[in-house]
Amino acid sequence: MDGLTLFIQQIINGLRVGSVYALIALGYTMVYGIIRLINFAHGDFIMVGAYALFFTVPLMVAAGMPAWLAVIIAIIVCAITGALVEKLAYSPVRAKGTNMSALITAIAMSLFLENFAQTLFGASPKQVKTIFDLPMVFGISGNTLLTITIGMVVMVGLSLFVKYTRTGQAMRAVSEDKNASLLMGINVNRTITITFAIGSGLAAVASLMYVAQYNQVTNMMGSMLGLKAFVAAVLGGIGIIPGAMLGGLVIGIIESLSKAYIAPLTGGIITSAFSDAIVFGILIIVLLVKPAGILGKNTGEKV
Amino acid sequence: MLNKKDRVRSLWVTLLGLGVLMLAIFAADSLGMIDNYIRGIFIQCCFAIVMATSLNLVMGYLGQIALGQAGFMAVGAYTSALVTKAIGLAIKAGTMAPLPLLVQFIIGMLCGAIAAALFGLIVGIPALRLRGDYLAIITLGFGEIIRVVIQNLPFAGGKGLSNGQAGQALIGILKMNDIYILFVITAMCVGIMLAFVRSKFGRAIIAIREDDIASSSTGLNTTFYKVLTFTVSAFFAGIAGAIYAHRGLGTLQHSDFTFLKSTEYVIMVVVGGMGSMTGSVLTAILLSVIPEVLRAFSQYRMLIYSVILVLMMIFRPIGLFGNYEFSLYQLLMKRIRKKKPEPEQTASKGDS
Repeated sequence: MDGLTLFIQQIINGLRVGSVYALIALGYTMVYGIIRLINFAHGDFIMVGAYALFFTVPLMVAAGMPAWLAVIIAIIVCAITGALVEKLAYSPVRAKGTNMSALITAIAMSLFLENFAQTLFGASPKQVKTIFDLPMVFGISGNTLLTITIGMVVMVGLSLFVKYTRTGQAMRAVSEDKNASLLMGINVNRTITITFAIGSGLAAVASLMYVAQYNQVTNMMGSMLGLKAFVAAVLGGIGIIPGAMLGGLVIGIIESLSKAYIAPLTGGIITSAFSDAIVFGILIIVLLVKPAGILGKNTGEKV
Repeated sequence: MLNKKDRVRSLWVTLLGLGVLMLAIFAADSLGMIDNYIRGIFIQCCFAIVMATSLNLVMGYLGQIALGQAGFMAVGAYTSALVTKAIGLAIKAGTMAPLPLLVQFIIGMLCGAIAAALFGLIVGIPALRLRGDYLAIITLGFGEIIRVVIQNLPFAGGKGLSNGQAGQALIGILKMNDIYILFVITAMCVGIMLAFVRSKFGRAIIAIREDDIASSSTGLNTTFYKVLTFTVSAFFAGIAGAIYAHRGLGTLQHSDFTFLKSTEYVIMVVVGGMGSMTGSVLTAILLSVIPEVLRAFSQYRMLIYSVILVLMMIFRPIGLFGNYEFSLYQLLMKRIRKKKPEPEQTASKGDS
């Protein structure tokens, strides 16, 4: 393979990983936009979705239906999990605690989901049956193209949803000013729960794309994936939906390019083993240079 | 606040109390009650206490969540292990006069602590420009970066130094599992940190925690104090790392210092009460001992911790102890005063 083909291949790989990151980042961004909380447990919703797929894909196949239909059940399971986490943990803490206790609750929920899954399903990775088996198109695997397409469709759909539907408008209103939207007759708590449900549902779609690629489920799979997607959300500008998409794709491409080219570029000092460190390095640079992210606007602090 | 005379007395009483505690350990030891298993748990308590209290400096007194404490622990652990290794090799080669084990360990520990403090400074200066969620995430990022870099350093794996191999566990580390020495080191660390938070520095830090902008308007250099606290905290995390590295197993793995490790100490601090050194010490001991004693429990350890943490945040966000500090002296004084009540003076509440 010559240099250019390799480069294009890397970009496409990056877009594939990036669309998974972008979908997860959307969940982070929606939740952060509405209640200013980094939902540490969000990465673990992917794990929940992946386990749901692990159990429902064989059922779907047995029933003679296409395997990907299992994602609908996964979305429902994830949405319920997300809404439950919000209702049982975040909502009571938010009612009386500080920002700090909310963040600690989020970390605790993440630990809880990871360890609960371990208790239920064990720590060893589980193999998921092949979900898609698509032919190669122009030398690119069909799975990759489908992943990118699904990612794009979901993103555009979500943008339209938030912009034009009543619920979407309510979400934007709540994220703008909670008390004012209360006065406008918006059911704030319900809107927050719906946001959680939608964000978690997106995580289920992300887990479909992830599982279709790697065919594997573990109880810890969400932790690193979630952190990287969070970096993507911050990079794009947290709380901004197009920002999450942009950030996800950028992180995906950077990661894939750095894996391929960083070792020759730095004379072997920094190798592809550093790829996680590079992603966090990006986060640190973004936070220091432009904490509001690429698409964010800097807002001064009120005294 | 106590007056000066009381403070000196309090110090003596505390030292006396620690002495009694040490005698108790000595008695247990000479009765043969301390085997290698108990020793292991004891050492685990020691570094957990130092880690939890050091993290409490940042979380309780600075009021910020730091999720990268294990990174500083890793720096301390690896630096100290490599230094004691180098000293050992130098002594073997005859280029250095033989030193007692304790001195070797202390040198290694101090080098580890200083290296960790240096990293704390480097990380703290940019990180502390942020706060809240962002600070938590950026410290997490730095912690992971430190770990990944260590993983890829050739001299920090395998046999270490010039014979090292990247990506492997560091082996053949000096053993330092004398419980008396570790007891003294732990007590000194906690004592120094307590003195730090009660000094004018500590008061400044608490002022910054309560209101950043107001304290900077009264002329406090907030950045200086924040970075100072962060560095001091990293210093002690480095000491905890040194204790961990020399705990007697002789091996050190980069995977010992993941984000989960940091979270464990966060749990200790939060459950004990952010701002209470007493709370951090007690929960550190409790959370180190319980999983060892109840083997069946240890499997569900993190599951139960996470539930406790959520319940804690809902029903008692300030932790078990809030910001209460235990003081042996005041306990004794209360007892004495109860017997012969004095007028009014006993009513001075709130001094710690």
